[in-house]
Amino acid sequence: MKIHEYQAKDIFKKYGLPIPNGIVAHNAHEAEEAAKELGTPVVVVKAQVHAGGRGKAGGVKLAKSPEEAGKIAAEMIGSRLKTYQNPEGLPINCVLVEAGVNIDKEFYVGLTLDREVSRPVLMVSAAGGMEIEEIAKTNPELIIKEHIDPAIGLLPYQARKIAYKVGITDKKLLSQFVKIAMTLSKMYFELDASLIEINPLVQTEEGNFICLDAKIDFDDNALFRHKDIQELEDTTQVDPLELEAKKWDLNYVKLDGNIGCMVNGAGLAMATMDTIKYYGGEPANFLDVGGTATVERVAAAFKLLLSDPNVKAIFVNIFGGIVRCDRIAGGIIEAAKQVDLDRPLIVRLEGTNVELGRKMLEESSLNIIPAKDMADGAQKAVKAAKGEL
Amino acid sequence: MSVLINKDTKVVVQGLTGKEGSFHAKQCLDYGTQVVAGVTPGKGGIIWEDDEKKYKIPVFNTVEEAVKETGANASLIFVPPAFAADAIMEAADAGIKLIVCITEGIPVNDMVKVKRALQGTGVRYVGPNCPGVITPEECKMGIMPGHIFKKGRVGIVSRSGTLTYEAAYQLTQRGIGQSTVIGIGGDPVPGTTHKEAIEMFNNDPETDAIVLIGEIGGTMEEEAAEYIKERVEKPVVAYIAGVTAPPGRRMGHAGAIISGGKGDAQSKMAALREAGAYVCNTPAEIGEMVEKALKERGLL
Repeated sequence: MKIHEYQAKDIFKKYGLPIPNGIVAHNAHEAEEAAKELGTPVVVVKAQVHAGGRGKAGGVKLAKSPEEAGKIAAEMIGSRLKTYQNPEGLPINCVLVEAGVNIDKEFYVGLTLDREVSRPVLMVSAAGGMEIEEIAKTNPELIIKEHIDPAIGLLPYQARKIAYKVGITDKKLLSQFVKIAMTLSKMYFELDASLIEINPLVQTEEGNFICLDAKIDFDDNALFRHKDIQELEDTTQVDPLELEAKKWDLNYVKLDGNIGCMVNGAGLAMATMDTIKYYGGEPANFLDVGGTATVERVAAAFKLLLSDPNVKAIFVNIFGGIVRCDRIAGGIIEAAKQVDLDRPLIVRLEGTNVELGRKMLEESSLNIIPAKDMADGAQKAVKAAKGEL
Repeated sequence: MSVLINKDTKVVVQGLTGKEGSFHAKQCLDYGTQVVAGVTPGKGGIIWEDDEKKYKIPVFNTVEEAVKETGANASLIFVPPAFAADAIMEAADAGIKLIVCITEGIPVNDMVKVKRALQGTGVRYVGPNCPGVITPEECKMGIMPGHIFKKGRVGIVSRSGTLTYEAAYQLTQRGIGQSTVIGIGGDPVPGTTHKEAIEMFNNDPETDAIVLIGEIGGTMEEEAAEYIKERVEKPVVAYIAGVTAPPGRRMGHAGAIISGGKGDAQSKMAALREAGAYVCNTPAEIGEMVEKALKERGLL
């Protein structure tokens, strides 16, 4: 789960991490008042959306007067911020107005799981402000890493090692840096974060560290033990179809193609998308109906696919293991009764109770194009989406 | 011979009395697995019966008791995500050397800690978020449909449940059996990696060929490719799911995400090809490719 920058900064503040003074504003008037209250010659107005690359997309702007801050806020709030990560854009419902900071140096600081060693890794780079992916590609040697032993947490010597390597030698700054690093490690475990990022961590002209940006992503699997974090969720930042899918406990990811897919199992769902692409088609989505699909859930999945206007054909690919084929067939029939099935439907069923499932579909008076295997189904779906079937 | 489990494996099911545990324990028993005990804290002393009253299994409060009373040497875990790490550690502490955890949705940090705690203990755990392990016609420790598997000499290791079934079914239909099939699961911190499973199959004299099914996310497949290149003479057939998955989006499995410029399907496929594996374009080709590989080596 993602949260907004201002929410992440609230958490940072609770943990004693240094952040700039800032006030959340929901309209131009509030932004203007916020800038007045902050009282610095320059304030920064930052769009609060769940996307990286805000700066480049025009979501972070300097204002030299409270009036200007109000004007910028008026332009931002109510519009959508389009970034490279999210071309359709995300709605800006509020902005964070922050006191300007005199920047001397910028660092990248990130903490996330390193899957290669199954431990969290603290990464710091003196090339702050840049995307870590870019640094990793162009100058991997500029990223200094320390792995964290989950039994003991980050140790001060590890933070010092990093600090010396990125050129932090001043005694006061070094001790501030060690404190920040240790706090991040503590937060990572206590909050069940999956990513904590400060980009940039700024060394000010006055000789202090301050977290200019703050990002925290949480492990969805651990949210059950963090009710307070669950409450921070902003559903306006999530695709409405994906939100609907979540209600039914379906794994759905919207894509740009025109062949809707309904599959059981995440691996098979990805493989189905790939097979469609291999035969010249474009998948419209990833959809895993999961291992315990009931008729109601399958029906909901089906309605979800039909609600995407881009979808020109639907390919249902089910290998019944725990999900029995007759149950899937029942879901398809039930869903077809509830929605107007106006697009070609290709169904491939295999596995437990397959004969019963196929028989139910055949007898259902639905217009179903059967497929004998996955490749056959994918080819038929590609043809159907082109109107050739 | 097979790897990990065989007809002599004695299984304790942690979470036997729950809905999932009950359903799948019965399926395992029907398959011929020796399920000897169940563990549910607070329900020790009762006798579990399946819905048809075909089987009677004693339930214990702790794994320690179950091991002492029944000689169980492997554990199959169905407990809810919040208690799964505890269950794995309890089994390990009771001396169980093979633990298979089916549970989906365990917090990542829990598994980071379990992995750290079990390092160097000689405990092999498989999963979580996986279909389990099966040695066809001998022992099924998991939730896979048993009838699609057939005894034979091809080892399968996979991060995905349904893709495992797809591959095994294709092989079985061609008359090609499997030695052992290992579902390592879709989580970012798996107990057993692709490389470790391939190492086991490589050392198993009764496995002739290996099928590796991977997906986007992490670098386990690249790591396996390195090992295959250096050590594996047996034919390896590979398939990687997620060529069309966009970066930064989680594809169902917690571990199936391309992040930080790492974990895309193309680089995994390239690494496996470089290591001499037969790489399939679609999962529909797996059966055909294994047959071809076995024939080329005169093994079929």
